[in-house]
Amino acid sequence: MSAVTRHRLLLLLPLAVFLILGGYFALGLTKDPSKLPSMLIDKPAPTFALPGLSEGEKGLSNADLTGKVQLVNVFASWCAPCRVEHPLLMRLAKEDGVTIHAINYKDKPEAAKAFLDQMGNPFTAIGADKDGRVAIDFGVYGVPETYVIDRQGRVRYRHVGPLMPFDVDETILPMIRELSK
Amino acid sequence: MTAFMPSFSHRAGTSAPLSWIAAALVAAFLCVPALAVMPNEKLADPAMEARAREISKELRCLVCQNQSIDDSNADLARDLRVLVRERLVAGDSNEQVLAYVHDRYGDFVLLRPPVTGYTALLWGGPFALLLLAGLGTALYMRQRRRDVETMPVPTLTAEEEARLMVLLNEDKSGDGR
Repeated sequence: MSAVTRHRLLLLLPLAVFLILGGYFALGLTKDPSKLPSMLIDKPAPTFALPGLSEGEKGLSNADLTGKVQLVNVFASWCAPCRVEHPLLMRLAKEDGVTIHAINYKDKPEAAKAFLDQMGNPFTAIGADKDGRVAIDFGVYGVPETYVIDRQGRVRYRHVGPLMPFDVDETILPMIRELSK
Repeated sequence: MTAFMPSFSHRAGTSAPLSWIAAALVAAFLCVPALAVMPNEKLADPAMEARAREISKELRCLVCQNQSIDDSNADLARDLRVLVRERLVAGDSNEQVLAYVHDRYGDFVLLRPPVTGYTALLWGGPFALLLLAGLGTALYMRQRRRDVETMPVPTLTAEEEARLMVLLNEDKSGDGR
């Protein structure tokens, strides 16, 4: 390679750097920095035992998370996005026959009950996590969060934020079907 | 609306501005930097509280993401601060507390992420770039030195030689300009 051609090639260097950086940033733009990976993926759900919303009502423990592919939804009555996704949870429970367990995060039991009376109750069982400790064990950093749990009680997927119809149709339901096979 | 006006502002005459100034001064001295850590969260043992603060500064608030849990007013940050203190009281070392939170929230929760395969680029990137730049500079300098050394010494044609002689002689016999 002659010195001249080498210099010509050197002129392409800024373009190459631009393309590499451009590609890098373009990739970065497709990722949502507010969505963090869960540490629990493919690991058993944390051990916990939560009381129910009211005295004598059945609560939720990690033993309830085995035996059946299911969802665990972390919700609170004070959480606006929870209201947004709630009709979708109703649909999942009623029409698609999905078992959904709930962790009621740092909520007043009366408020949670009023919320469910108003919006419907898609949950098979609800555990009241008043101090949010179980949620911390799950690595919850914002409500709502939804976990897909397999038959063995392992966490397979976590969705942060309100579920949208396309999340359910393209990710959650296919995954549940796959795991139920 | 007048009900909300300070009642002494007109009647008290000249002393009113003074009392305002005094109030402003008091307020100014009361202004301490806002701390996210609430007094009721603090541990009685100052040494342990210092350790808790130290750990809290290492942990990222997952809600605000650019603040440590020590700085953040977010609810989850408060819960984690309380958790950190509980673990310390339970006898955990600083590392154990950090590991406890790391187990639940992953690398992201640590403001100083550990060096792993995944974070290698993050930690090594600047050094790799420095090395690359140094290497580039060294190569360039070597090439330039070689270019200068091997550059053919230009030879003059007979015509140029003659003209040079004329110019040199001109200077010698000239008027000393």
